[in-house]
Amino acid sequence: MSVELLNFIETVLNGLMSGVMYSLVALGFVLIFKASGVFNFAQGVFALFAALTLVGYQTGQVPFAHLINELFGTNYHNWYASMPNFFAILLTMITMIALAWIIERLVLKHLVNQDPIILFMATIGLAFALEGVGDLMWGSDVKVLDVGIPSGGSIWLEEATIGLAAEGSDYYGMYVDVLNIWATVIAVILVVSLALFSQYTKTGRALRAVADDHQAALSVGISLRSIWILVWAISGFIAMVAGIMWGTESGVQFSLSLIALKALPVLILGGFTSIPGAIIGGLLIGVGEKLAEIYIGGYFETGALENWFAYVMALVFLLFRPQGLFGDKIIERV
Amino acid sequence: MRIKQLLIGMTASVIAVSSYVEMAIADLKFPMLVYRTGAYAPNGIPNADGFVDYYKMINARDGGIGGEKIFHPECETGYKTQVGVECYEKNKKDAMVFQPMSTGITYQLIPKATADGVTIYSTGYGRTSAANGKVFKWVFNAPVTYWDGASIAVRHILKQNLGNIKSKKIALVYHNSAYGKEPIRTLETLAKKHGYKLMLLPVDHPGQEQKATWLKIRKARPDYVLMWGWGVMNQVAIKSAASIKFPMENFIGIWWSGSENDVLPAGQGAHGYKSLTFNAPGTDYQVHKDIKKYVHDKGEASGDGSHFGTVLYNRGLFQAMVQVEAATVAQKIHGTSKITPAMYRDGFENVNLTAKRLEELGFKDFAPPFQISCENHGGSGLAAVQQWDAKAKKWNMITEYMYGDSDVVQKLIAEDSSKYAAEQKIAERCN
Repeated sequence: MSVELLNFIETVLNGLMSGVMYSLVALGFVLIFKASGVFNFAQGVFALFAALTLVGYQTGQVPFAHLINELFGTNYHNWYASMPNFFAILLTMITMIALAWIIERLVLKHLVNQDPIILFMATIGLAFALEGVGDLMWGSDVKVLDVGIPSGGSIWLEEATIGLAAEGSDYYGMYVDVLNIWATVIAVILVVSLALFSQYTKTGRALRAVADDHQAALSVGISLRSIWILVWAISGFIAMVAGIMWGTESGVQFSLSLIALKALPVLILGGFTSIPGAIIGGLLIGVGEKLAEIYIGGYFETGALENWFAYVMALVFLLFRPQGLFGDKIIERV
Repeated sequence: MRIKQLLIGMTASVIAVSSYVEMAIADLKFPMLVYRTGAYAPNGIPNADGFVDYYKMINARDGGIGGEKIFHPECETGYKTQVGVECYEKNKKDAMVFQPMSTGITYQLIPKATADGVTIYSTGYGRTSAANGKVFKWVFNAPVTYWDGASIAVRHILKQNLGNIKSKKIALVYHNSAYGKEPIRTLETLAKKHGYKLMLLPVDHPGQEQKATWLKIRKARPDYVLMWGWGVMNQVAIKSAASIKFPMENFIGIWWSGSENDVLPAGQGAHGYKSLTFNAPGTDYQVHKDIKKYVHDKGEASGDGSHFGTVLYNRGLFQAMVQVEAATVAQKIHGTSKITPAMYRDGFENVNLTAKRLEELGFKDFAPPFQISCENHGGSGLAAVQQWDAKAKKWNMITEYMYGDSDVVQKLIAEDSSKYAAEQKIAERCN
């Protein structure tokens, strides 16, 4: 095989892997939108908050330490040296469920039956408030997140592909980050579990009923509020997984909340109501932006196509399929 | 009853506010443009803490500068240019100096501050050609500029290759902003001079995703990678470099890409990464002892005190020290402690931080000596290379402070500043 072709395959593979990382964020958006019609602008901050909380539990950081010390003149920072990953993840999950409950009690409950734009605005407020609370709770330092997921280039893949290039060519194997392979495996498990949950459990079926028609679901006795708490808790869990993956890659810091911007073109492309759409959309965006950056980027003086090219792709899709690849067709009855 | 309480409350508030304003007017005002929130907060916080702790120490130890207390109101910019400009407008009255802490904000403030008669000090960042004091009367960027930095990095590479880098390929990974683009011109000029091939790789804000950039590097296999990054871009770049097994000793960042924050997330992978610096890390200096005694031990530390001695905290100390020294010099020149912004600028132009003076200020061996003059607002142009030891989790200085290619840099500064002078119709001074 020619080195050019191998490089092209490598770019596509890496694009797919990046796409999975985007899909992880997009999944949280889709779940909430499907069940409640709310476009949760705070999904990126959810991922940040979950990652901050996880590191906080892992390292035994006292929440709100700065505030407590300022108010009471104390000097508390840590209450234990470290916590095993399993317990830290479990505690973070409980925290995210508690957060979902608080959001439902304090925000959503009071906005039932309001226009979608009001709910959207509420999530913008929620995003900034949660970012501020995260800062107060855990501080703004860059935090190292290690839950034992390996990272770095896959040596196995490098060695397996080095021989594929024509003899004498200057090629040293294909590169894929092991962390991204893990992210792919985790995303597959997540999607399969979600599908099984929504198909084969009573709660899952209730969730689907609410997603299909709120009024009909209410009329058969499904509690809208418990479903909302459940959905926000699940998307909190997905945000935690996304936070772990992105946080392992770059360290946990406040720019992590901006990963939501990576999910937007994925949603436009895949549709706001489709889980497979979030996955396929992520993959298409990932591949598209990597190919654009590597093969077209050189023709632009400024380069750096990676960020905005995803939005160009999304815009093109919007023109031809406003509901996205797998979204429900918008039918307005007169 | 309620109305009475309300009136008492309002009167008390008015008295409190007016006494605060009175105090502020009497003091020397050093407004701080900070970013303690947002994507760049992890870098903004330690730097701002360094400033605040130094000002507090001067107020507590010396009773201020020449008896005048330092008043340092903070304005949060979030590293956003427009917000930075608003912060400037809000705080410019009676302000001695502004440290914009962003090249984008600096570019916007240069014409405004020049018109308003307010000093801008962009320590080792901002518009490089502002080093030419003949054109930029109100702007200072000592002790070293980005163009010095670019040529110092190339000099370091030249030294490693016994002066011959003709066949070498150097990549610049840069933040796609005014800041990141600053060294391009110098590196292009140096590429013509030394014959190396330059590869430019911009990374968009915030730099969380750089896979395509590093795939390009993996394919092109440059011999060296230089980085002008900030915030998360640094951490992702260093981690990505380690991931593609790029030799870390050939990866050199500018001084804003060389803090503990940048290397720690990459763990052992960051071992050997280099960056330029114009100040030392650590706490073995008199200034740290004084801050501990007069600020931290009294429970007055800015933030939680956890950044004490880190690279960016120490840079904040250095920046604040230069600003305070300029006020001291201004007071001496004009024979009054109650200096005006114009007097302060005179002081800045006469700052002479000799080794002896640095020692007196508690900064012995902390940074190389430098002098500012009417012509030279850019200082010594000296920087050293530091290298990260991932096992010991510390930066080690591996070279002496060195100069860049002043022939190339000075020529570029002269060209750029004369172009600016022509555009703005500024008559050169210092003749």
